[in-house]
Amino acid sequence: MIEVENLTKRYGRTTAVDGISFRVQKGEILGFLGPNGAGKTTTMRILTCYLPPTEGTARVAGYDVFQAPLEVKRRVGYIPETPPLYPDMDVDGFLDFCAKIKGVPSASRKAKIDEAVEKTRIGDVRRKLIGQLSKGYRQRVGLAQAILANPDVLILDEPTAGLDPKQIIETRELIKSLGGDHTIVLSTHILPEVSMTCGRVVIINKGKVVAEDTPENLTRRLRGAGALRVDVRGEAASAAAEAVRSVPGVLSVRARAESPEGTTLEVEAEAGRDVRAEIARAVVSRGLDLLALQQVGMSLEEIFLHLTTTDTAHAEAPPPPPPASQEVTA
Amino acid sequence: MTALRNVWAIVEKEWRHYFGSPIAYVALMVWTLLFGIFFYFAFSLFLRQSMMAAQQMEFGGGPKMSLNEWLIRPVMHNMAVVALFLAPMLTMRLFAEEKRQGTIELLATAPITDLQIVVGKFLAAVGLYGLMILAGLLNLALIWHYASTPPEWKPVLTGALALLLFGSCFLALGVFVSTLTRNQIVAGILSFCLFLGVWTLGWADDPSAGPLMRALAYLGVTTHMEDMVKGVVDLKDVVFYLSFIAFGLFLAHESVQSQRWRA
Repeated sequence: MIEVENLTKRYGRTTAVDGISFRVQKGEILGFLGPNGAGKTTTMRILTCYLPPTEGTARVAGYDVFQAPLEVKRRVGYIPETPPLYPDMDVDGFLDFCAKIKGVPSASRKAKIDEAVEKTRIGDVRRKLIGQLSKGYRQRVGLAQAILANPDVLILDEPTAGLDPKQIIETRELIKSLGGDHTIVLSTHILPEVSMTCGRVVIINKGKVVAEDTPENLTRRLRGAGALRVDVRGEAASAAAEAVRSVPGVLSVRARAESPEGTTLEVEAEAGRDVRAEIARAVVSRGLDLLALQQVGMSLEEIFLHLTTTDTAHAEAPPPPPPASQEVTA
Repeated sequence: MTALRNVWAIVEKEWRHYFGSPIAYVALMVWTLLFGIFFYFAFSLFLRQSMMAAQQMEFGGGPKMSLNEWLIRPVMHNMAVVALFLAPMLTMRLFAEEKRQGTIELLATAPITDLQIVVGKFLAAVGLYGLMILAGLLNLALIWHYASTPPEWKPVLTGALALLLFGSCFLALGVFVSTLTRNQIVAGILSFCLFLGVWTLGWADDPSAGPLMRALAYLGVTTHMEDMVKGVVDLKDVVFYLSFIAFGLFLAHESVQSQRWRA
């Protein structure tokens, strides 16, 4: 549905987007993940024909954003970071105007507006001026505007920014429910959002694609220092730790919790080396009971931190704004 | 068909803004108030003059005073000055406000062309301005009601047309200036200065001046009003105004497009 090839956008001397390529299949929800200033918004603006690319091509539903912008615009619903709303219009008036400029035929206009209002649950504020609405409602009016003409593609730039936790959950549910019918690209710097809503993730940093995969695969691929959880019966924590440490390839062992049932060890092993069998053998051969041996996936947060921090370490650039922990937990 | 529908959607939206905010009411009020005041003074002057003329008539001389020439025409000229002041008010927010609010992104990503947006906004301003002219003309209806020999209506019509075309030139330029900034006050002040500049070009209209000055004078928007207010619609004046408007809208369109490239 969306094909982006070698897309580059320069503003004067700064390169906001640097030769990125990715594809989105029909009905897929793609997460666009990256810190602030990574080039997410610029990419989205190119996909919605708001900005022309400096180099490369982007096609939506087979139409080039540069050659056939009107065809692309007809098929794309878009919410920018701050939803574009007229504060002096009421919600109905605004949606009516949007339906008109999006070319919704007058016969079905009312039905389409009703449908969008219902989907985004803004029915109780339809007669209110947009300027008087709360942030959460404004965001939803923005979303209603985007899905109004029933576009094939939805492009959502930080759709949950500035919402309270309840609204965030509602918005995510809504986005998930829209997937399937619509192809969705959503950007965010809030990590849990991606694993909760998206089927695939493109991580972008400093205008470049750093990784692209499903959230699960990314976790697997980036198990650079694979972590294991080893449960051993009994209180022989030090003996168990000793046993595990003796296995070649194990980097560190930490006793995490001791319960009447036994001891839980956290083990870090070398990248790409499967040490599970050896650990099991080492534990058992010392006469200890092995209760569980489990691979612990890195959360996307960790991947994200990993990706961005290692990149800057190499480039010796000023450190990126650390992914704000408050937003991460939001 | 879709093009017309899109333009109309923009016109409708802008009218909603005009009438949903004080702009339309203030503009209409100031315009009709000043129209009334000028009309009153022109009328008093006309009465005094015609009284004097009547006295001279007793001595077998003096011209017969025409209402068109002595009353309606001066009022029309005064209103052109008022248009100079009010036009920036109608156009300054058209693009500046969209840019400030970020709603320009909504328009730019909707399946409508930049030209349709520019033309729609311009026509919305012209529509409100036309309404102002109509409201002002109500004053003149009084003359028809009371005058024993009513004035000719055709020059009144051409005068209104002159006002409309003349003001539309300002509005087209104003739309262009509004695309240049995200601050409506800046857009308003810049437009006013630009309008004033275009206005003063007409002052260079002097038969003894050199060809350059004559050419400049020709560009002055006031120069082309004279005949039309008198009731003579010359094709060259109409073409002048229409091309002036087209030029203003062309600049606005180019400005909107180029900002996308530079952004």
